[in-house]
Amino acid sequence: MSQPRIVIVGAGPAGVRAAERLVDHGFRPILLDEAPRVGGRIYQQAPEAAGFRRSAKALYGFEAGKAERLFATHERIRESIEHRAGALVFDVADDRLIALIEGKRHEIGFDRLILAPGAMDRVMPLPGWTLPGVFTLGAAQIALKHQGCAIGHHVAFLGAGPLLYLTAYQYAKAGVTVAAVVSSASLYSLAGNLLGLAAQPATAAKGMAYLAKLRSWGIPVIGAARPSRLLGRDTVEALEVLVDGRIRTTPCDAVALGYGLNSETQLAELCGARFAYDRDQQQWIPEIDAYGRSVGREGLYLAGDGAGIGGADAAELRGVLAAEAVLQDLDLPRRDDNADSALRQLTRWRQFRGALDRAFPFPRQLAKDLPDETILCRCENVTTGEVRSAADRGLREINRVKAATRLGMGRCQGRICGPAGAEVLAARLGVSVDSVGRLRAQPPIKPVPIAALAGAHE
Amino acid sequence: MSGSRHADVIVIGGGIIGCSTALHLAKMHRSVILLERDQAGVRASGVNFGGVRQHGRALAEIPLSMRARRIWADLANLIGTDGEFMVTGHLRLARKESDIAVLQSHFKAVSECGLGLEFLDRSDIDRRFPWLGPDIIAATHCPTDGQANPRLVSPAFGMAARRAGATLVEGAEVIRAVEDGGVFTVSTRDGLTYEAPNLVNAAGAWADTVADWFGERVTLKPEVPQVMVTEPAPYRYGPVLGVVGGDLYFRQIPRGNVIFGGGEGRTEPGHNRSRPLPEIASRTAAEACRIVPGIRNLNVIRTWTGVDGDTPDGSPVVGPSTTTPGLFHGFGFCGHGFQLGPGVGAVLADLIVDGKSDTDIHGLGVARFVGGGQGTAMTVAEEAHRTAPAVNDAGSD
Repeated sequence: MSQPRIVIVGAGPAGVRAAERLVDHGFRPILLDEAPRVGGRIYQQAPEAAGFRRSAKALYGFEAGKAERLFATHERIRESIEHRAGALVFDVADDRLIALIEGKRHEIGFDRLILAPGAMDRVMPLPGWTLPGVFTLGAAQIALKHQGCAIGHHVAFLGAGPLLYLTAYQYAKAGVTVAAVVSSASLYSLAGNLLGLAAQPATAAKGMAYLAKLRSWGIPVIGAARPSRLLGRDTVEALEVLVDGRIRTTPCDAVALGYGLNSETQLAELCGARFAYDRDQQQWIPEIDAYGRSVGREGLYLAGDGAGIGGADAAELRGVLAAEAVLQDLDLPRRDDNADSALRQLTRWRQFRGALDRAFPFPRQLAKDLPDETILCRCENVTTGEVRSAADRGLREINRVKAATRLGMGRCQGRICGPAGAEVLAARLGVSVDSVGRLRAQPPIKPVPIAALAGAHE
Repeated sequence: MSGSRHADVIVIGGGIIGCSTALHLAKMHRSVILLERDQAGVRASGVNFGGVRQHGRALAEIPLSMRARRIWADLANLIGTDGEFMVTGHLRLARKESDIAVLQSHFKAVSECGLGLEFLDRSDIDRRFPWLGPDIIAATHCPTDGQANPRLVSPAFGMAARRAGATLVEGAEVIRAVEDGGVFTVSTRDGLTYEAPNLVNAAGAWADTVADWFGERVTLKPEVPQVMVTEPAPYRYGPVLGVVGGDLYFRQIPRGNVIFGGGEGRTEPGHNRSRPLPEIASRTAAEACRIVPGIRNLNVIRTWTGVDGDTPDGSPVVGPSTTTPGLFHGFGFCGHGFQLGPGVGAVLADLIVDGKSDTDIHGLGVARFVGGGQGTAMTVAEEAHRTAPAVNDAGSD
């Protein structure tokens, strides 16, 4: 009997750990990732050919050990897997992934599919956010880790969540002037969730350490701020927020912003996964069992931040569990029993994560108060007012609003504007955000040139 | 909904056919209740390619198509938006010698209709549309055709019908309709019933079920046209393109996106959902590159599908029932009903209010599928198929 074809999409912590476990049980999985090297976003590496080298310690801070262990694992198994780097999976048929690899269309058949595509920044627009010089936190990190450059000389950080402090810390360590770190979340909400955060004391402590470092370097760290606008003529020149009702202006030449992460779920949706709204995470995520088996699509397994945000450590555990589920479903005798331990550890991570989500909520009240003229969808130049007027005309579902206004119709397929768009619509209608639905995924999930799509038919 | 469940006319289906019928009836002071399972204008009517062409249709459809075209010309006055309707012309392209014969035969057949078709050989193409690929050897051009945005136009017909006084009930799935003593009783899944002396079957891909309730068995095959769109690029390609055979259609809008399609996606049982197929996207992309080589490097950003119903002869069913007085059909548009929609509504309203219409639809009756009555007429379309294969280009517009 030939081996079942097991394909893993995403070579971050989840994907690499899943591959490792499958290799240890005698399989030769196919590992696909858009990036040239493994690590995902969290442990993103510079291209091999790039002339710059920074140490893992400099790039990944406290997490350097984990990053190096992950790379070492990949080194160990690299001859036993089929790693296709630079592979953009953009569509899925019944049992085939359609991918762009080096500009060419490829079809990759599978019997079992582990999706670990990670996450992307969650954005809340504010006036001026489309000015040049404004990036997401994730983009600011990619610039640093993958491209060896900073987004500016004098950078302000705005948002909520652990990534805000981590990225600011990484920038400061790299020698960039951090103008300020401004959070919409309050220390009060952090304090209220201390019990949950204590479920992972080491990680909570690291977060506090980043914060303390930033402060010790004399960087203004501001909480409970209300972002009001970004100023500038041709490029961003200042961040303006309200603190205790007073305007506070921070001059800067770049801004990194983000309010937590959104799972990348488009492929799971095209596969037929079922979704549910998660109130803690404030987003729609695929329904899975404890191991990551998809509810709604047999043979599909979800791991890492693509199946709800858990962070890098949880992603490693979830990669192990997804591989474990594949092995179970193939009815194979297994060599060890570390799945149970992974399950137990993951439970603690969930408590921690829930507390983190509650401590750093998506600032939905900002959506309600966004000025009408502020652009909501930057791909298609759709303003907040256009979405509100669609709501006033009786449209109550986000895909109908998309059809009427073009919100989410552009290159990013609503990854950037979708969460805020749903909040604006829900606020205008006076309903909960889950009742306006979610933007449907459509192939290709990322832009693909026509000639490449044509592939062999050309 | 407000109030009464009695009206002069009940319309089943809130696509462009049903909404346009409701609008015309309301403007003729008839009370109308339109029952839509989902939301008005969101199915095939709202997601089709957006071609507004008279060109390349079966002869039986042409009077109806020309009536529709007159309504398109004044769309903003009728529904409150022009729906991005633009007269850009439509080119029907020949890729092989036998295609030229099809073009010539159609050119001759419609010469009396007043469509103003032009026949272009390759040197004309080089002069006027030099961006067309070398595989294109001839074309006919219909200068009065154009394009519009279906996701704006079709819902706008629903809103206009409502403003004109029609009652649109959305989320109302019709599960049964019967006629007794000249009164139609229509039941919805939520347990309500509606009554009227006239019933319009505009239920799209699901209309064969409605026809069947009245003993008219028309077999509809689901058609699932698959369309895609690119990122915006400089505006360069004016006319809408189609090909003999119908396997590719193409347009660019002034904001720059290129919209093109061909082939069919897949529908789930019940046809409530459909999805694009990667293999079809690939084939269509290849064909589009052959026809307009300049688009090769544009990025496709989205693919989608919708579900329409195909009749056995490729033309729709428009007109009165053969079994049940008071019942009127408007369905089976085979993926090319968007342009016809405004005209179908006008004609069905004529028939319901005046008992006759000035627009010739004799080749489109249901009798051609269920026997009896005007049986021979169908045939206009059939004959067209025989003398010139695929004269009515398949595929969405």
